[in-house]
Amino acid sequence: MPDQVRHDMMTRSSLWGRSLPSDRDESMKIEATVWKFGDNIDTDVIIPAPYLVTTDGQELGKHCMEPVDPTFSEKIQTGDIIVAGKNFGCGSSREHAPMAIKGAGISCVVAESFARIFFRNAFNMGLPIFEAPGVSGGIDPGDRISVNQDTGEIIDHTNGKRFSANPIPPFMQGLIEAGGLMAYVLGKRQG
Amino acid sequence: MSQTITEKILAAHAGQEKVHPGELLSAQIDLALANDITAPIAIELFEQSETASVFDAEKIALVPDHFVPNKDVNSAKQVQVMRRFAKKYGIKHFFELGDMGIEHVLLPEQGLVLPGEVVIGADSHTCTYGALGAFATGVGSTDIAAAMISGEVWFKVPESMKLHYEGQLQKWVTGKDLILYTIGDIGVDGATYKAMEFVGPVIEALPMSDRMTMANMAIEAGAKNGIISPDQVTLDYVSSRAKRSFSAYKSDPDALYVEERSFDVSKIEPQVAFPHLPENTRPVSEAGTVPIDQAVIGSCTNGRIEDLRLAAQVLKGHRVDKNMRLIIIPGTPTIYRQAMDEGLFETFLDAKGIVSPPTCGPCLGGFMGILGPGERAISTTNRNFLGRMGHSTSEVYLANPAVAAASAVLGRIGSPEEL
Ligand code: SF4
Repeated sequence: MPDQVRHDMMTRSSLWGRSLPSDRDESMKIEATVWKFGDNIDTDVIIPAPYLVTTDGQELGKHCMEPVDPTFSEKIQTGDIIVAGKNFGCGSSREHAPMAIKGAGISCVVAESFARIFFRNAFNMGLPIFEAPGVSGGIDPGDRISVNQDTGEIIDHTNGKRFSANPIPPFMQGLIEAGGLMAYVLGKRQG
Repeated sequence: MSQTITEKILAAHAGQEKVHPGELLSAQIDLALANDITAPIAIELFEQSETASVFDAEKIALVPDHFVPNKDVNSAKQVQVMRRFAKKYGIKHFFELGDMGIEHVLLPEQGLVLPGEVVIGADSHTCTYGALGAFATGVGSTDIAAAMISGEVWFKVPESMKLHYEGQLQKWVTGKDLILYTIGDIGVDGATYKAMEFVGPVIEALPMSDRMTMANMAIEAGAKNGIISPDQVTLDYVSSRAKRSFSAYKSDPDALYVEERSFDVSKIEPQVAFPHLPENTRPVSEAGTVPIDQAVIGSCTNGRIEDLRLAAQVLKGHRVDKNMRLIIIPGTPTIYRQAMDEGLFETFLDAKGIVSPPTCGPCLGGFMGILGPGERAISTTNRNFLGRMGHSTSEVYLANPAVAAASAVLGRIGSPEEL
């Protein structure tokens, strides 16, 4: 796995903590291998309910995607990317879903569209997600792709195709810049 | 300045005269809810923040319903976290076993959610309370932690979709069938990020229980909330339960909708949603021969007394197929007692069904009726996702309580008309 990816994962996960990466011009780019899933991947597939008796991300990560691919968590390399169709993350409000994806070692999720609570939770948990039309038809399993977190540009280095992700709404960028929702609220309280 | 009911409620809670779809705002909340899966995360975050007290100890509801009575040591630990937190911060609405019911059946029953309120819950079916004319939506645990500190939550004002129902309901057709039919029509992402507003003469004639079933499943179409304007039926339901004042809002006649659809319910039969998505609906008469192993009647969708009465009406004088397991789960202790007093338990037991204490249990594949490899269940719950009720090769078919009961007797999916 490229160091860059590891770096990005660390800065991203610290978004959920207090501090932001100080030098943002160190490229906010993820490059890794793709695991493909279809439309309507629901939260019961992402992390089945019987495993919800813990809040340990790594433990949850071991069962990520288990109903559709029982060995998913063993096969992937840290930093790999999930590419999916429409309505990714539909179903329950469990934050365990983005936690399990992060815990399994996935660096980001790129999909045609996301279900709304998953979308909200992913930001709150510091899992980068990108809504990019055309990706489910244009990217194949095992392709190497790069995702530029600042510009939203996605390049498939295996077939040369390019995609652009919808920009993150400014308000939500504000949340991220504050260091996540909790830090945002606590900052407001002090301010 | 015309607005929908959803916009009016959000405006009132954001201290604004008017809001526009797409606008981001911070709203005061009237209640924040979490359960035994989602509360522990919220509590951990809250405690990390070293906040001295919650924003309002009367506006937080903690309901351990998913794996309770505790299914194992880990689930017992999750409830311990909630119990300790509730004691420490004086949380008024923590429900210990005996008072505990399925959250979305319990809170309206106890008068804890009222028309015109903003309610958030770390549970996707929080949208149920839209049936009372509240703005209610599911959020994550982190949102609950933040709300327990600030009493506020951020929202993007949703666009509204108007769903109009008219015509004459056929026999055995319930709110469950209307919402399944609607999801079959618009798809599981047909209302993503939107408000689904249910209107028309059919809705006005529905009792609260069916209205709650409909709003409950708005999330299965991806909606942010489902909502029904309060009317006399609503007021009759809440007046004896409410312990605080509330406001009833209505959409203006010329309010703007991003989409409008009309349904002639006379043409709608009882519906069955086939695996593995709630949108895979068919009329029960076109279900074909689908043998089943288990029937589940309960959940936040159909665990109310009216649902149990309907199931009993179908089961009376019958017994379930000898290869079938029938599990009935009253939504709350009050409903449990009511069902017992009305003699429904006798009907269920005579039919060789079994009655579980109030819990989510099998609905999310927790316990109390897990499916083995290749088994099929018909269920009055709201999700038939892959592996939802057990093994990843098991299947869940969604239906109303009458169809579930009839199928239990038949040993295959079928209609009460066939008995
Ligand atoms: S009954 Fe099922 S859908 Fe409803 S809150 Fe419980 S687990 Fe969720």
